[in-house]
Amino acid sequence: MNKKVFQLIVDNTSGVLSRISGLFSRRGYNIESITAGVTMDPKFTRITIVTSGDDDILEQIEKQVAKLIDVRSIVELTPENSVYRELLMVKVKADATQRVEISTVVDIFRANIIDVAVDSLIIELIGNQPKIDAFLSMLEGYEIFETARTGIAGLSRGTENISYKENKVDKQL
Amino acid sequence: MLGADAMAKCLEAEGVEAVFGYPGVAICPFFNSMLSNNIDRILVRTEQNAAHAANGYARVSGKAGVCVATSGPGATNLITGIATAYADSIPLVCITGQVDSSLLGSDVFQEADITGAVESFVKYSYLIRKVEDIPRIFKEAFYIASTGRRGPVLIDVPIDIQNSTLNKFKYPEEVNLRTYKPTVKGHAVQIKKVINALSKAKRPIICAGGGVILSGAQKELQEFSHKNNIPVVSTMMGIGVMPTMDPLYFGMVGNNGKSYANRAMNDSDLLVMIGARVADRAVSQPDLVTENTVVIHIDVDPAEIGKNVGPTIPLVGDIKTIFEDLMDKEIDADYSEWIDTLNTYKADVKPRKKPDDKFVDPCEFITRLSQKLDDDCIYVADVGQNQMWSCGYHIVKKGQFLTSGGMGTMGYSIPAAIGARRAAKDRQIVAVCGDGSFQMSMMELATMQQHKLPVKIIIFHNGYLGLVREYQYNTYKGNYSVVDLSGSPDFSILAKAYGIECIVAENMSDIDEKIDEFLRLKEPVIMDVMIDPMYVVK
Repeated sequence: MNKKVFQLIVDNTSGVLSRISGLFSRRGYNIESITAGVTMDPKFTRITIVTSGDDDILEQIEKQVAKLIDVRSIVELTPENSVYRELLMVKVKADATQRVEISTVVDIFRANIIDVAVDSLIIELIGNQPKIDAFLSMLEGYEIFETARTGIAGLSRGTENISYKENKVDKQL
Repeated sequence: MLGADAMAKCLEAEGVEAVFGYPGVAICPFFNSMLSNNIDRILVRTEQNAAHAANGYARVSGKAGVCVATSGPGATNLITGIATAYADSIPLVCITGQVDSSLLGSDVFQEADITGAVESFVKYSYLIRKVEDIPRIFKEAFYIASTGRRGPVLIDVPIDIQNSTLNKFKYPEEVNLRTYKPTVKGHAVQIKKVINALSKAKRPIICAGGGVILSGAQKELQEFSHKNNIPVVSTMMGIGVMPTMDPLYFGMVGNNGKSYANRAMNDSDLLVMIGARVADRAVSQPDLVTENTVVIHIDVDPAEIGKNVGPTIPLVGDIKTIFEDLMDKEIDADYSEWIDTLNTYKADVKPRKKPDDKFVDPCEFITRLSQKLDDDCIYVADVGQNQMWSCGYHIVKKGQFLTSGGMGTMGYSIPAAIGARRAAKDRQIVAVCGDGSFQMSMMELATMQQHKLPVKIIIFHNGYLGLVREYQYNTYKGNYSVVDLSGSPDFSILAKAYGIECIVAENMSDIDEKIDEFLRLKEPVIMDVMIDPMYVVK
């Protein structure tokens, strides 16, 4: 099983997300995370999907997704040539003494405390997945009430691999 | 002009000759607007058959077939027909009425989320939200359905949109789809690789699928095969790519195919799959085939390539265009020894077990029938044993062979034959079904009579769901469950009730006369052919 991050540029039409997720579910492909957001050009949406499977399956995923009428492009965001970020929010039990200990960990990871209550904290952390996993493992000694993760967004590095220029769409077509 | 008028105008602009459909309140504005044009409105007796009829029409005319149903149950009844078309890549435009836009999502009377329900069986679907979008969406729908890998497209139109006023109607001349650009021309480098591989091969074989027919490339395939002396086998959907009696044609492959066709494919050193999905019924163990064989896979849909078999040389593009490019190139090879081997395989066929002579032998019947059929006859096989016998023994000359290959939808043949008749008013059309599949679509005899779209129908009558029974015989040691068709009507009386002549063929003694009479009588005509109920299962 290999993991791949795909970046899709799709028509911003109603139902486009369900068409893509429906394709994954009916063909039995995994989705580890999926994020979507409109691009600079409101006609298009950028979707980042983290998926896994053996090489044959990953090839089929790329082809089947490319075949959907709403999909303008699908490219792999390779780890070497891309940056990924995910947002984590975690609500952890913290009384007055624990608060200090936790804030040390928060500082090391360059996370932020964004809400404080009498007996709990909410921390936000932005990073790639290994960083987020490492941070969560540092909090294992505390009681975590809830976590919320967004799934990753990513972009390719540099200007060589831009498959789609958001402010120059119409010229490209 | 109303939205409904615009819908009718769009169909006119697309050159649509006929729509197959069934009305209901939510599609009434459209049918009302259709009164002001010359497009035939053909009333089927259940919506599923509207899609099958449009399917038969599309396969004979080469244009997208159009079917229309109302919201809710009308739309959901279409689904099997849509799935059937999708599995065989048949271009359809399916139009459904929908409840008022303001009521969408509130579960009102006859509301069904049809675009959601058909998502996995359509190439694309639209739910129209603005009356101004009608011309663009219709234009796109016909374009998407009938280009690239063909398939069904559904347009769902809420009744208030049909009743809204459209100030200016202009049918677009071109589509502007940013995200849909099917590949037509094959890559020159890949074409060169194909030619080189063929030049090196000793035992090449072409396995042609339905994609060759959908691309209209039968002639090109035959010319290419003859020019280079390359033998051809076909999948079930590929039957008709070449005349059955062509010396370079070696039958249908697959678990229901000819043993010599499978042997040819297994023994080849170069397999050229063209317009075929390499699905389980045609190639049950793709890994075995590819073990010692170079595989070239040619298809218009890049996602088909590598899905079931890993090709050595992939080639994406429209098959007809690719053949035109291949024809220019010279292949330096002599395959005559290989052809001789294949002919010995063909001659080495084990004799078939004959049924009880108190009944008609279906295989012999089909052979004799097809010898007497017109050269350009359209033969529509249903699903079941009748289909297996048809694939095995029907002799295609210059005609077409239609069947539901991918989905295997029983009841396909009669509505598809009716649709084929609308596309080909003067050709001979024969629908062949079993007594099970006949009863799934026999209500369409009325459609045939009402709209004067007569065809010839053959019923292989053995009182059982034969292919399921055959499976139970082989798998469950003859424990038969839910396959007995007792209670079926007398088909002669039924035919009479519809005003259709019926010939009964009981055994082989006078079968030639019976066939001659069946072919001589003006359609509609039914032939009830008695088959040994124990044939194949004893």
